Amino acid sequence: MPSLGADMDEGTLLEWLVKPGDTIHRGDIVAVVDTAKSAVEVECFADGIVEALVVDPGQVVPVGAVLARLDENGAPPEGSGAEPVKAAPAPEKAPEPPREPPRERLHEQPHEPALPAMAAAAPSPLVRHRAHELGIDLATLQGSRAGGVVHRQDLEALAHRAVSRPRVSPLARRLAETAGVDLSTVPGTGADGAIRADDIRRVAAGGAPAGETEHRADGQRATDMRRSIAALMSRSKREIPHYYLSTTVDLHRTVEWMRERNRELPVGERLVPSAALLSAAARAAREVPELNGHWVDGEFRPAPDVDLGLILSLRSGGLLAPVLKAADTLDLSQVMALMRDLTRRARAGRLRGSELSQPSISVSNLGDQGVESVLGVIYPPQVALVGFGAVAPRPWAVDGLLGIRPLVTVTLAADHRATDAAIGARLLKAIGRILATPEEL
Amino acid sequence: MTPDQARTMLEATLREIVPDADLSTLAPGADLRDTFELDSLDFVELVDRLSTRAGFRIEEDDADGLRSVEAATRFLVAHTDGGGR
Repeated sequence: MPSLGADMDEGTLLEWLVKPGDTIHRGDIVAVVDTAKSAVEVECFADGIVEALVVDPGQVVPVGAVLARLDENGAPPEGSGAEPVKAAPAPEKAPEPPREPPRERLHEQPHEPALPAMAAAAPSPLVRHRAHELGIDLATLQGSRAGGVVHRQDLEALAHRAVSRPRVSPLARRLAETAGVDLSTVPGTGADGAIRADDIRRVAAGGAPAGETEHRADGQRATDMRRSIAALMSRSKREIPHYYLSTTVDLHRTVEWMRERNRELPVGERLVPSAALLSAAARAAREVPELNGHWVDGEFRPAPDVDLGLILSLRSGGLLAPVLKAADTLDLSQVMALMRDLTRRARAGRLRGSELSQPSISVSNLGDQGVESVLGVIYPPQVALVGFGAVAPRPWAVDGLLGIRPLVTVTLAADHRATDAAIGARLLKAIGRILATPEEL
Repeated sequence: MTPDQARTMLEATLREIVPDADLSTLAPGADLRDTFELDSLDFVELVDRLSTRAGFRIEEDDADGLRSVEAATRFLVAHTDGGGR
């Protein structure tokens, strides 16, 4: 079960789109999973032949659980014909004891997409010995130091946590804090009595623990969506000391240039100003890497790419934030096409798992709702959110005279733990500069 | 295209973009973007589909003429044979 967002700790398998014996390739959609926010199409992360489907439709499983088994040796990589090939070693894979080497877990996404995958360095013999004493499976552990190597301190910390409080999923902990539920009073229904988000919801609602899972009705979906947003936004406002900056940008050149381009483009491929705004935000984030990344364990971790989160409001209420991967490398037509496609599928409930991975920075564009500016709430663990208001003709000083220009208010909400306002100012300035030369987008 | 045909075409296209749109109570002059909360992407989609259906290219500068049912109907009639050309 892949993690489809920072606030997900379990998912319901709705439907299998493959069956045992099927040959599948990396990127193929293999299943549909229901999360609190949306039904999501899940892609496979490797080539192979489906050996067994482990989880049945309707079953709820935690993030990280095995959904199906895949024989990677059975299928040649895409495009290589039928010739026998050695199975390519999967990159970013956790070191695993040598059990059944050809079998691969179908989904290798780490629980927290923001964290780097476990590094290959092996723990010391001393650590292994202590782990054995404490009954801890080292393969399940992420080291706290550079390189992800597990040290003795990690083990002791884990052992201490294990005796002092029950195991609680991160979302459940956040929900409990928000709802004021005492964790020691909650009966856990997860593996080994772990407390899950649903347990908290039941206690908070005054209900008894339920055994079976029922399908999520539309009303339930709206409720879950609200709770999920509530938990994440409460965490943001509780943990992140936001600072806000704002500037006004003249879009005259962008709008004129776009009008010219649109005369030549097919009607369905016409550009809208939002695409230029997104593109400019992505390129500016590349120029100011201090704002592009995540705040994890008390420090800022820059992201290698600009994965731009596009915050979308759904007609039925609520939000989804699909990601435009490496958005700073896309040209304007690509951004426009992706934006249309993601918006359409988000509203139809047909996003793919990879499109809900953790963005490195997000954009909220409320221009179409007619607001002048957006003072956003950052999505943790991100450290910045860029907001765009409506593009509207307004009075503006041009060459010492008063002119009417299409203006937009660009704002930045940023995490003061990670940066100071001088860095934030650099991002807004970059956005303004980039929008002054739209032909380079 | 007659005004009736134009209106039917517009309504069918709107329903594709906003499936639960209630068109029976829609005032002829009401702003389509405001009424159905169409964003700029929805509007591109609407113009694209109308263009295809009507069989002629609707220029961006003319898209403002599609703000309401009344205006859009008039625009479609004027730009097709029903306009008397």
